[in-house]
Amino acid sequence: MIHFSNVFKRYESGYDALRGVNFHLEREEMAFLTGHSGAGKSTLLKLITLIERPSRGHCVVNSKNLLKLPRWRIPYFRRDIGFVFQDHRLLFDRTVFDNVALPLVVSGCSYKETLRRVHAALDKVGLLNKEKMYPITLSGGEQQRVGIARAVVNKPPLLLADEPTGNLDEALSDELIDLFQDFNHHGVTVLIATHDLRQVRRLDRRVLQLAQGQLIYDSIADA
Amino acid sequence: MKNYLLRHLQVFFYTLGQLAHTPLSSFMTMAVIGITLALPAGLYVLINNIQTASAGWDGKAQISVFLKPGTTQQQAQALETKIRRLRPVESVQYISPEAAMEEFKHLSGFGGALDALEHNPLPAVLVIRPSDGHSDPESLQALVASLRGLGNADLVQLDLEWVKRLHLLLRLAERGVWLLAVLLGLAVLLTIGNTIRLAILNRRDEIEIIKLIGGTNAFIRRPFLYSGLLQGLFGAGIAWVLVQTGLLLLAGPVRELATLYTSPFGVQGLDTSTSLALLASGAVLGWLGSRLAVGRHLREIEPS
Repeated sequence: MIHFSNVFKRYESGYDALRGVNFHLEREEMAFLTGHSGAGKSTLLKLITLIERPSRGHCVVNSKNLLKLPRWRIPYFRRDIGFVFQDHRLLFDRTVFDNVALPLVVSGCSYKETLRRVHAALDKVGLLNKEKMYPITLSGGEQQRVGIARAVVNKPPLLLADEPTGNLDEALSDELIDLFQDFNHHGVTVLIATHDLRQVRRLDRRVLQLAQGQLIYDSIADA
Repeated sequence: MKNYLLRHLQVFFYTLGQLAHTPLSSFMTMAVIGITLALPAGLYVLINNIQTASAGWDGKAQISVFLKPGTTQQQAQALETKIRRLRPVESVQYISPEAAMEEFKHLSGFGGALDALEHNPLPAVLVIRPSDGHSDPESLQALVASLRGLGNADLVQLDLEWVKRLHLLLRLAERGVWLLAVLLGLAVLLTIGNTIRLAILNRRDEIEIIKLIGGTNAFIRRPFLYSGLLQGLFGAGIAWVLVQTGLLLLAGPVRELATLYTSPFGVQGLDTSTSLALLASGAVLGWLGSRLAVGRHLREIEPS
């Protein structure tokens, strides 16, 4: 699903965010990406979602060569990736329903189908009764779950999360990570960037650790 | 295809709702556009009206040959046939002193006062219309010179030169209005462009998120384009109302003035095709202004 070989990323400022990263994430696999702030976790996720382009190396995501993907194909490419942000990034002037429906609206889904899928996604994260509310009235954990519902509503084969438990207490974090695990059981490839080592230990999944732009530990390769 | 149209319709009503959501600022933008468009549209109508009013006086030159006092009717008629044979002449009309007097009485309104005159002071006149091929200034001058050489001709006058001048002036003014329209069209473009630019910056977060979940540029552009189009269209609507109201206010005095000149002239408002053209140009300018702004600023907003 994700194939990185010898990937470098240097920002215009001259800062080297990634230096020769190699890893391969199989389809339907679930992994944690760990490391201190500034280790390159965010940059790696940005390369996968084509927010940034690699400076050097070979990246293939969902069978697409990221170096060769033309600009106009990027939106279509991103529709196959669900992304969960640390700060949710919900639209506060729209209801929960409208927020979750956004990826479907963007890809031109029919209204009937949208209704069905949004309800399914909200049901999955346990917020079906709050579809008409505005995100501002929800708790932090609920907002994050709305974000997750939005990420999975169009059933992407790949789900990425950037510090999804960053602002949540332990119980809520457990609930959230279990949700990701559940999606993984249904065949979705999941990659979670986090420095919440408690979750990493709790789940016993593959771990990729970055430090100063280099992959210093891969639980599969080093096992 | 049906889905595509449905989505456009959705965006259309969504945009309409957004405009209604901020009625004051939307109205102010539209009013600025309205006033900007009303200026050239109003001037256009004004010139059109002057053209209609002066249409009765056709642009052709006319030469009046005033005959010497005491010229008899026989002499005048002999002269008339002579002139008619000249090549550049289309028609000659003989107006006897009596007929001239009647016309003068009728048009001047002096009526009874003229009856007090002991004898008719007006000379007989031959009114000559040059043929179409010979109405340029050189041939006219030549014709006037040859008419002056005729016996019995007291005064040869090239009339209605001023009508020609008026027509030329009108044409000049028309050109000026077009120039003004282009400039003010540009102003509308900039107004809309700036409004849309602010709207885009206000919705920066939203645009970033939509880009991240796979929204194409066309999708993001659509509501802004509709917004520009609608504001331009409503602005043109305001311009239409302004012009029509202005004309309505002028219509009364103009009619009174026209009655004084025994003219049936009345103010003509914007006709259907001109009105449609006004609305269409407003919509097109709005769309274009928004397109330019969106094209420029959308590229700058990338998720980070």
